[in-house]
Amino acid sequence: MPITTSKTPVPADWFRKGLRDGTPFVLVVGPFAVLFGVLATEAGLNVLEILVFSVVVIAGAAQFTALQLMTEEAPTVIVLASALAVNLRMAMYSASLTPWIGAAPLWQRAIVAYFTLDQSYACAIAQYEERPDMSVPERIRYFAGAVLPVVPTWYGCTVLGALLGAQIPQGFALDFALPITFLALVAPMLRTPAHIIAAFVSIIVSLLAAGVPWSLGLVIAGVAGMMAGARAELWFATRGAGR
Amino acid sequence: MIDSITLWTVIIGLGLGSYLLRFTFIGLVGDRPMPAWLLRHLRYTAVAVLPALVAPQVVWPAATGGEPDLPRLTAACVTLLVGYFSRNVFAALISGAVSLFAMLALVG
Repeated sequence: MPITTSKTPVPADWFRKGLRDGTPFVLVVGPFAVLFGVLATEAGLNVLEILVFSVVVIAGAAQFTALQLMTEEAPTVIVLASALAVNLRMAMYSASLTPWIGAAPLWQRAIVAYFTLDQSYACAIAQYEERPDMSVPERIRYFAGAVLPVVPTWYGCTVLGALLGAQIPQGFALDFALPITFLALVAPMLRTPAHIIAAFVSIIVSLLAAGVPWSLGLVIAGVAGMMAGARAELWFATRGAGR
Repeated sequence: MIDSITLWTVIIGLGLGSYLLRFTFIGLVGDRPMPAWLLRHLRYTAVAVLPALVAPQVVWPAATGGEPDLPRLTAACVTLLVGYFSRNVFAALISGAVSLFAMLALVG
């Protein structure tokens, strides 16, 4: 696929390349983390509890879900089930990274697992697909670089939010930083008709399934999109149109 | 107010569960070969899950109380189109942000 072969030279230092590609996410993760700190403070958590929450769980959307349900005094089982359902996509990310870095030593994979976030996954998978000739250690170094700026920001900004409490001004349309970032990441990955079909089907299904409880709509939409992409790939291949 | 037993149960349970979700494939499957049909599906994980994550927020943004909002819809479309044609994440990001603020200034 000549279109996807980048003309830029091979970076000498994949860790640095990851660092460069991951740094802009600080702008997305920071406000999101501050918001979590603010809301958790409003829900009555102290700074230590908020920090531990962010360090142990390290998943924004699931943390917001759990916090929301706890303030609504939902049963603990429901809180856990819902927040884990929101995080089911992490299992899909993990599976998707496995063909690329599954050959790395177990201790490295154990660390990568903890640091598998929307941002690090999106960054890494885009890079791996763009340069399939990277070696496994290079992929790990790239992943480490990409996640390094994001994680301290996540911890630090939740604490900042906890300390600032409700003094943060509304407005700025920061709610939209997240959607725009993910769309910007995904759009260049739509390399083939099968990728476009996968994205299109998942968007439609996610809108139709938005009312499904426990955020399972996301998982349903993700699976539907993946099945559509895989089907389309086979179909285009048998037609001889190629991938 | 959330009582601290509930809180710590949720923090620890959610932490363990999230780690297991993240570890299962990459840790346990490792470099064992996966069947072709599964790999074929996994190739589409990113382009299926990430748009599904944001689509409801684009169409029914929380900031407007769930009312569809022209500036946000426009910004999302601009981001997708610029990203698709330029193949450049930052061109897409900046076009999206600029179009969002421009539209918010215009439409309010």
